[in-house]
Amino acid sequence: MSAVREEMRPLGVIGELYARFPGEGFVEQATADGIPTMWVPVGRLLRVMKLLKHEIRQPYRMLYDLTAVDERLRQHRDGLPPADFTVVYHLMSFERNSDVRIKVALRGESPHCPSVTGLWLNANWYEREVWDLFGIWFDGHPNLQRIMMPRTWQGHPLRKDHYARATEAERLTMDAARVDREQEALRIKPEEWGMTAAGEDHDYMILNLGPNHPSVHGVFRVMLQLDGEEIVQAVPDIGYHHRGAEKMGERQSWHSYIPYTDRIDYLGGVMNNLPYLMAIERMAGIQVPERAQTIRVMLCEFFRITSHLLFYGTFAQDVGSMSPVFYMFVDRQKAYDVIEAITGFRMHPAWFRIGGVAADLPRGWEKRVREFLDWMPKRLKDYEQMALKNTILKRRSIGIGQYSTDEAIEWGVTGPGLRATGYAWDYRKARPYSGYEHFEFEIPTGKNGDAYDRCLVRVEEIRQSLRIIEQCLKHMPSGDYKARHPLTTPPIKDHTMQDIETLIHHFLNVSWGPVIPPGECTMTVEATKGLNSYYLTSDGGTMSYRTRIRTPSFAHLQMIPYLARGLMLPDLIAIIASIDFVMADVDR
Amino acid sequence: MSSERMALIGTILLAVVATAALLIWVERRMLGLWQDRWGPNRVGFLGLGQVVADMIKIFMKDDWIPPFADRPVFVIAPAIVMVTVLLAFAVVPIAPGVSVAGDWNVGVLFVLGMTSLAVYSVMLGGWASNNKYALLGAMRSTAQSISYEVFMGLALLGVVIQAGSFSLEDIVLAQQDGWFIGPQFLGFVLFLIAGLAETHRLPLDLPEAEHELTAGFHTEYSGMKFGMFFVGEYVAVILVSGLLTTLYFGGWLGPTWGLTLAGWSFMPLVWFVLKTGAFILFFILLRAAIPRPRYDQLMRFGWLVLLPLALLNTAVTGAFVLLRSGA
Repeated sequence: MSAVREEMRPLGVIGELYARFPGEGFVEQATADGIPTMWVPVGRLLRVMKLLKHEIRQPYRMLYDLTAVDERLRQHRDGLPPADFTVVYHLMSFERNSDVRIKVALRGESPHCPSVTGLWLNANWYEREVWDLFGIWFDGHPNLQRIMMPRTWQGHPLRKDHYARATEAERLTMDAARVDREQEALRIKPEEWGMTAAGEDHDYMILNLGPNHPSVHGVFRVMLQLDGEEIVQAVPDIGYHHRGAEKMGERQSWHSYIPYTDRIDYLGGVMNNLPYLMAIERMAGIQVPERAQTIRVMLCEFFRITSHLLFYGTFAQDVGSMSPVFYMFVDRQKAYDVIEAITGFRMHPAWFRIGGVAADLPRGWEKRVREFLDWMPKRLKDYEQMALKNTILKRRSIGIGQYSTDEAIEWGVTGPGLRATGYAWDYRKARPYSGYEHFEFEIPTGKNGDAYDRCLVRVEEIRQSLRIIEQCLKHMPSGDYKARHPLTTPPIKDHTMQDIETLIHHFLNVSWGPVIPPGECTMTVEATKGLNSYYLTSDGGTMSYRTRIRTPSFAHLQMIPYLARGLMLPDLIAIIASIDFVMADVDR
Repeated sequence: MSSERMALIGTILLAVVATAALLIWVERRMLGLWQDRWGPNRVGFLGLGQVVADMIKIFMKDDWIPPFADRPVFVIAPAIVMVTVLLAFAVVPIAPGVSVAGDWNVGVLFVLGMTSLAVYSVMLGGWASNNKYALLGAMRSTAQSISYEVFMGLALLGVVIQAGSFSLEDIVLAQQDGWFIGPQFLGFVLFLIAGLAETHRLPLDLPEAEHELTAGFHTEYSGMKFGMFFVGEYVAVILVSGLLTTLYFGGWLGPTWGLTLAGWSFMPLVWFVLKTGAFILFFILLRAAIPRPRYDQLMRFGWLVLLPLALLNTAVTGAFVLLRSGA
């Protein structure tokens, strides 16, 4: 990682930016993932963003991620502009099939940055999150409130000087005054939600749906302004499942953080390990052997199936169909049986390791996988009759919560939600990782981008996942299940008793954990619910300096007010069900 | 009233309520069977003790009345459903001459009247709870029950015309040459849908709609007051099943195979129970099989599809009867 000097005139988007803004102090940064990265003076930010979104040829239409880094304790900053905090914008272009990262250096205790909410609608929540966790002000933001932490929270947790554990904090005492203050903060004031209870000739009902409600899939709250049963406004409130997963990343060794990733999208299991490990492996320069890659793909697809089956069942259940979910749970158990036979765990195996996987496939794994492949297709056929072709289910979901491809991109929607609009874009095809380029499968798409199509796409994806698993079964390569590289975990022990070098590496990696060279890297996978990225910053230590987890559910939930307006209360439930999120994936 | 009669009335009512309680177990076991799982099978033989356990639990529970509720109305509401549904049962003939209130010449009207009154239970319960979900549930329930009441009445007019009587016994006797399910098939389907709506069972359980309104109109109810709504729903299921049997499936009538043994006198009761039981199971199966339509879709379906069909059924039946009688 080092700053590249302007005279070198590189090509691509970096070159275009240098050409448009000559001599304005733009600094290019080289990163391990190869995503063009540019430091931009804060005064030019909006101009640059507007250019990238609207004016440039093949524009970057999606604000894929927006986050920040507390730079104050970072040691390896070779040549980067001086900064106390950095705001990082990750933009995605579908036409170019590539990304760009824009960084803004901010100084001082209470830094300010212009808001990009005027350019991207989905910047709203991202900027609120950065404000909440880093204390960076976004000038021009319409509603700069805390989003993850309680409104009464003091401090900004992702700052380096904020404590990470309760034992480091001042002892919590709830005296009468504090209890009163907290109670008062819980009072529902419609104005705070941008609502009014009094209409022109009749009052509206302000309904608090959640955080504990049968069909919000976890702890999720939607404040509703209702006119009869018609939704005038729906304002989602998140943060009830916030566990500080990103903060934990700064306190765990590279290796010991793996189990935490399993619990981000808790239905995705080992699929969560993959982007995290891919980012580490890229920074460490580890080549994962083919066999390990294929094992990873196979398990990821198993988890895609179990996650989609849960979606399928709960979707049917949320429109009032009681039975399908029970049948699908039987199938999920069958899939988990296979997963358990391979990994030893069911839902959260945390089974991938830096450089490969934890163990080789057990003897007889082919038989278990084959049994599942034989079992599943006929069940899917049954479900089609039971759920998808049901007239009432169709009436409840066709045309409900509809959006176009352009709207999806504007809101940062990825995964099945994007494909349901008819846009065949799958990360596994567009930018293959972990050997997906060797597999044959199709990208299922919908037509209307409504709740029904979102279900249809996922059902078809189950079939495609079965196809991929079948190919894994037939063409499982032989070889190592973990790379022969000193930074893998747990380190390879074969030669420790023969040469001192291996012994030292083994000793250090087991006792301290691997030291990953300084650098930055974003790695993305097509997860069960959309694109999931880990943006890791290593400062050359045994722990991550900053772990940013970009999850699909966060972006998708933000769209709810836009989708629900003018519909009925039961439609909102159908929309929520069709989005397919888990709150752990939203709040992290 | 003779003591024998009192005993008969007591037996019938007790049997109905006991069956309703038992249905909770039956439903859970049947759903389990159809949904690849076990259902309650641990307490006692086949899990039958579950009924007793549930009863004990529901009686022992804290019977909480929310401080913000309208107390008297809140207390009365669950009682109304039990009273009205059991009263409606009074005129249903279980066997020739065997019913709680005897044979009334306005039996059908009485049943309709009582089921209409049951609406008050849900409406008042939802209103008195002073809870937003309960209010939404009560609102849905009122609209749904009042609308489907209309189709229910119209649907069974066909039967009344064919039998020429409002008496339920007469209606059964009029089916000796053939059950009304044949000529009145359309009426039967309409009555079944309306009956589902009246009992708030799953495809049409919008007033409770767990996934939308948490528990709908009875969100604030607990203990035995909730129990009354719960058992009241099952009594209503028995009532509607009993009515379907009586109106369209020949009530207690069944093949005698020319038998004139002493045991024959039990047969009408057996036939009635078997037919009613089959309908109850059908109701449970419907719950397992069909999703819930949206509230406005349900209303539109009622007024735009069911109402014209019910009117058509009445008119065609009337015309047929007139033609046949040669008037």
